[in-house]
Amino acid sequence: MIIDLTRFLADERKHWTQLEQTLDRIDRNPDQRMKLDELLKFHELYERASADLAKIETFSSDPEIRRYLERLVARAYGEIHETREKRARLNPWRWFTGTFPRTFRRHLGPFWLSVAITIAGCVFGGVAIRIDPEAKQVIMPFEGLKEDPSDRVRREESAKEDKLAGHKSTFAAQLMTHNTQVAIFTMALGITWGVGTSISLFYNGVILGAVAVDYVYAGQSQFLMGWLLPHGAIEIPAILLGGQAGFLLASALIGWGSRKTRGQRLRDVAPDLTTIIFGAGVLLVWAGIVESFLSQYHQPVIPYALKIAFGATELVALTIFLARSGAAQK
Amino acid sequence: MRYARTNTLLLRTPEGVVFSLPLAGPVSRFLAWGVDVGCIIAATSLLHQLLSFLGSFASATNIIAYFVISIGYGIGCEWYWRGQTVGKRVLKLRVMDVQALRLDFSQIVVRNLLRFVDMLPGLYLVGGTACVLSRRFQRLGDLAANTIVVRNPDAPQPNLDQLLGGKFNSLLEYRHLTARLRQRTSPQSAAVALEALLRRDELDPQARLQLFASLAQHFRELVEFPPEAVEQLSDEQYVRNLVEILYRRA
Repeated sequence: MIIDLTRFLADERKHWTQLEQTLDRIDRNPDQRMKLDELLKFHELYERASADLAKIETFSSDPEIRRYLERLVARAYGEIHETREKRARLNPWRWFTGTFPRTFRRHLGPFWLSVAITIAGCVFGGVAIRIDPEAKQVIMPFEGLKEDPSDRVRREESAKEDKLAGHKSTFAAQLMTHNTQVAIFTMALGITWGVGTSISLFYNGVILGAVAVDYVYAGQSQFLMGWLLPHGAIEIPAILLGGQAGFLLASALIGWGSRKTRGQRLRDVAPDLTTIIFGAGVLLVWAGIVESFLSQYHQPVIPYALKIAFGATELVALTIFLARSGAAQK
Repeated sequence: MRYARTNTLLLRTPEGVVFSLPLAGPVSRFLAWGVDVGCIIAATSLLHQLLSFLGSFASATNIIAYFVISIGYGIGCEWYWRGQTVGKRVLKLRVMDVQALRLDFSQIVVRNLLRFVDMLPGLYLVGGTACVLSRRFQRLGDLAANTIVVRNPDAPQPNLDQLLGGKFNSLLEYRHLTARLRQRTSPQSAAVALEALLRRDELDPQARLQLFASLAQHFRELVEFPPEAVEQLSDEQYVRNLVEILYRRA
């Protein structure tokens, strides 16, 4: 029933200590690559500790040694059996211009689903505001959007003072953080099998559609384009990227047509979720700066044609970037 | 992989060895989160003081700093400390891959970003409920990222040098009785005796005397050694001699 504990400890302890030291070294410097002989030694030590744990379980019941060995084997197991490729040190430029757009292109289905739901929301919002103008008071999230578009345009175009003077950076910071939160939230709601993501995108679409129809029917299409396009050309696609990530998460949870386990599917999509949401975050930083420093200034300060041209250029550039960038790499 | 009734995740390696990971419950995780919230508040307050000289930019930098710290704290700490934040270090918890593999950066990001849903509608109600209902105490972020939170108590190498130091053992001369002792002693009894010896210095003197007296009595009922072999042996010495017999190969 019992092994010779004294001899067992005397023989094995030095190997456990060696394994523990190797694991501590890996902990301190995870990026360091082992040489082949070091790897072989590491593997041998792990197998030896595993065998010792098995012996302890079979022959003895000493809880302290068992706990120690379990912890040692658990630590080594994670390192030995990890088959996912260790990522190379992050190069932000290569990541943004290569990894991010390629990841986006790999999951176009969830992106088009986000677009479709947002468009459905836009149609609903636009129709709702046409059929029932009173709905504007319920749909519009801010007081500024509830007033008559023509009144607003008249007020903005005749403004003599810069209403954001001294506050532009604060306003930009608020926009960046708020929009990034919306994108992350839209992604995170994918955990509700995509229902929450759909609701979030639809709601954003409703507001967008209602605002657009309200301004167009008030004859303020040019103002609308000049106001929304410079930042919206980046901000709206970034929120759609949040939706793409959300649906990606949802599809991994649901797993239609996949033979992999749910855990494996989630494991597979985690790096892509991270890439897409970080990419959306970068775009939203840009959108926040543009919204604060450009979008809020109207004719005669900045001509509408210039703002619309700027927004259209951004949209084209973003489309080309997401469609083509990084294609030559890897 | 299989689940024990206790809060433990059992994993079987391809080599056929089973090891266990003690799972952290919702209460200890909530306490760790409390410590982390304190750290985030302290860090943002400190930054607020440091950035006050920036004038009109101070407000903007504060907003961004709070946002980055509140999201980046968990990601940064768990990446740098391999699954631990300050709160988890204090409470001796660690985030691990559900298959005990190395924690990937993307797993850390996903579990931390999913806090946006876990925190709803406040005080981690969604995450806490998921944690209580889940077999492995996982909040939604853990489910999405394939992670678990385990208790990570210190497990130093046991020091048995002082225990089985090769002192003279008068009982070893009675081979037939030592054989009978091995035959009649259950692994559980042997483990209790060994554990008592390992922890004897942690006991109060009175408790130590009582414990070894009852252990000695238990073993005397199993096998009775001749009086000349056990005279002048204290109960503790008697138990130590028995443990040496039990843990040595015949």
